[in-house]
Amino acid sequence: MDWEQVTTARGIASRVLVGGSGQPMLFLHSATGHTGMLPFLDQLCGIARVYAPEWPGFGESGGEEQLEDMLDFTLHGWDIADALGLERVALSGHSMGAMIAAEMACLCPDRVTGLGLIAPAGLWLDDHPVPDIFATLPQELPGLLFADPAQGAAVLTGGTDFSSDTALTEFFVGNARRLGTAGKILFPIPNRRLSKRLYRLRARTTLVWGEEDRLYPAAYAKRWAELVPASQDVLVPRAGHMVPAEAPDAVVAALAELVSP
Amino acid sequence: MKFVWFNLMPWPYLDDDFRSQHRSVWVDIDRRLYDPVKGHALYHEYMDQLEYADSVGFDGIGVNEHHQNGYGLMPSPNIIAAGLARRTSQAAIAVIGNSIALYNPPVRVAEEFAMLDVISGGRLLAGFPVGTSMDTNYCYGQIPSLTRDKYAEAHELILRAWTEEEPFAFDGKYNQLRYVNVWPKPIQTPHPPIYIPGGGSVETWDFCVENNYNYSYLSFGGYIAGKRLLDGYWERVAALGADESPYRGAFAQIICVADTDAEAERLYSEHVLYFYNRCLHVYPGFADAPGYRTIKTLQTGALGALREAARRRFSELSWGDLVENGNVIAGSPETVRQRMEEMIKGLHIGTVFCLMHNGNQPDWKTRYSTQLFAEKVMPKLRDVWPEWAGDDRWWCHPLPDRLDPLDTVGGKARAEQGVGA
Repeated sequence: MDWEQVTTARGIASRVLVGGSGQPMLFLHSATGHTGMLPFLDQLCGIARVYAPEWPGFGESGGEEQLEDMLDFTLHGWDIADALGLERVALSGHSMGAMIAAEMACLCPDRVTGLGLIAPAGLWLDDHPVPDIFATLPQELPGLLFADPAQGAAVLTGGTDFSSDTALTEFFVGNARRLGTAGKILFPIPNRRLSKRLYRLRARTTLVWGEEDRLYPAAYAKRWAELVPASQDVLVPRAGHMVPAEAPDAVVAALAELVSP
Repeated sequence: MKFVWFNLMPWPYLDDDFRSQHRSVWVDIDRRLYDPVKGHALYHEYMDQLEYADSVGFDGIGVNEHHQNGYGLMPSPNIIAAGLARRTSQAAIAVIGNSIALYNPPVRVAEEFAMLDVISGGRLLAGFPVGTSMDTNYCYGQIPSLTRDKYAEAHELILRAWTEEEPFAFDGKYNQLRYVNVWPKPIQTPHPPIYIPGGGSVETWDFCVENNYNYSYLSFGGYIAGKRLLDGYWERVAALGADESPYRGAFAQIICVADTDAEAERLYSEHVLYFYNRCLHVYPGFADAPGYRTIKTLQTGALGALREAARRRFSELSWGDLVENGNVIAGSPETVRQRMEEMIKGLHIGTVFCLMHNGNQPDWKTRYSTQLFAEKVMPKLRDVWPEWAGDDRWWCHPLPDRLDPLDTVGGKARAEQGVGA
């Protein structure tokens, strides 16, 4: 995949990973960014023309100070699609990205050819409180997000050498930017009342869930399926919340229907 | 020099094994540890101590705001301050302060501070902290990366509410009010002096200098570690072309006075260690919500200082370490005087928040230390800054003919019954 630079009508310059061929699909990453997702995105290119924007506040993409609330986030998603010249497009996303994709689909249902929601954030169930990722110690994140914590630790640190002070500061600052931005729609409770807008969804929808998701456990998958009745449900074994990184084959297979002719 | 007697109001009944049995003293502290019956006596003991400090000649008495916190029992410092305003007539009442981004709408702060200023006869020092991440984000749910923006808006709203004579509409991002018209208004004009308690965010320094607010560095790291941050502040003061009045700066310091250095250790060491070992046992996941600090702050040297401070394991420090590192100034009146002078000059400050009650320190020791400080230390430190004598820009300006507690109807009745005011 290659990086392309786009500037939205609002004036935010963002990088977008682009690759593959076929019907267009926008993929929105989670609060951990593109970290660990490149193998998945490469495989996704086998079934669609993939556009994976880097969200403001992540990596080299700035402008996050212009996005303050859920509507800003949702409009930014469509601004990116506009800047890429995508009128009708399949939307997919993971966790926070799936929450944004669902909001985009509720706002402009006619532009959405298919909706792939991978372990989406955005709902809250009182009986199943979501663990607080904003108070989770870095060393505890792999165990929360991955079925296999050892694999998770390797993916999340991305080979950073934490004995180097410069690397540590960079990681710390990057993490503060990423989660600081994500916090605008996820803190302190990841619920911006998306559920009352989901009635507007019309496109075929696929829900993908890791069977061992400890962040959004099975009760959330069930609730999403109730709220999005026309959906296809895929439960991926031996995978946690980071299911696209943990089981890219299964996730890509689940999304294939959304871009089939 | 100005000395403000401060009580954080810790819960003194945390068990010896608190650290191993509980993950945090703050945010999700075990609610079963609080006993309201003991709390009843405790509030009165602590408020009595604050009144005592007024009676022995401290310039101010201070309270602050924390939430869900085992070492700070004042979610609403204004309630304590209201009690003090009724029972004292001399000391400044330093509310350091109200976390203005947490009040909805923040005109509530303009109102309550005005009430305190009026009740106290113009003795209020008004503190506007951003608030710690524990209080602001984790306890009160504010979005970390928007907290400072919300704070800035609240600050603008309160200042306008205090100073504009006509009702006005306020079209803010976080507050929309059609009629802002605060009744009562404060005695002090244009408003009480404003203190900004900071923990080391670089933006706060410029904000203080540009608005002529006092910057109060509150930490338990002591004056030797604190120098690095205050040096940063004074550099900004100079860079922005403001004068170098020491009254622009304040510092909070734990102080323990006894007859001799050895007696100080014998009397206070267990209580100071209780504070450092149990009261500061905060789950690291609550220390700094991502987005709470600006990227600029994280990238500057401030980060280095903060990380250094975080690495120091308070729980492993002995009394000797705490005294040597300057976390605690303790000893005979002469030892304390010397080290206070070193601190005051080193940090270039005109106001000290004197933390004279520590952890589970009993009342008699607190009064003993307070009295010795007032009688034998304070007088010798009054004139550290002769060239700035009379600089009262950051001090309160009370009514000369304000009421004494004994002058009130209730006070007179109690005096007649021999109960005392």
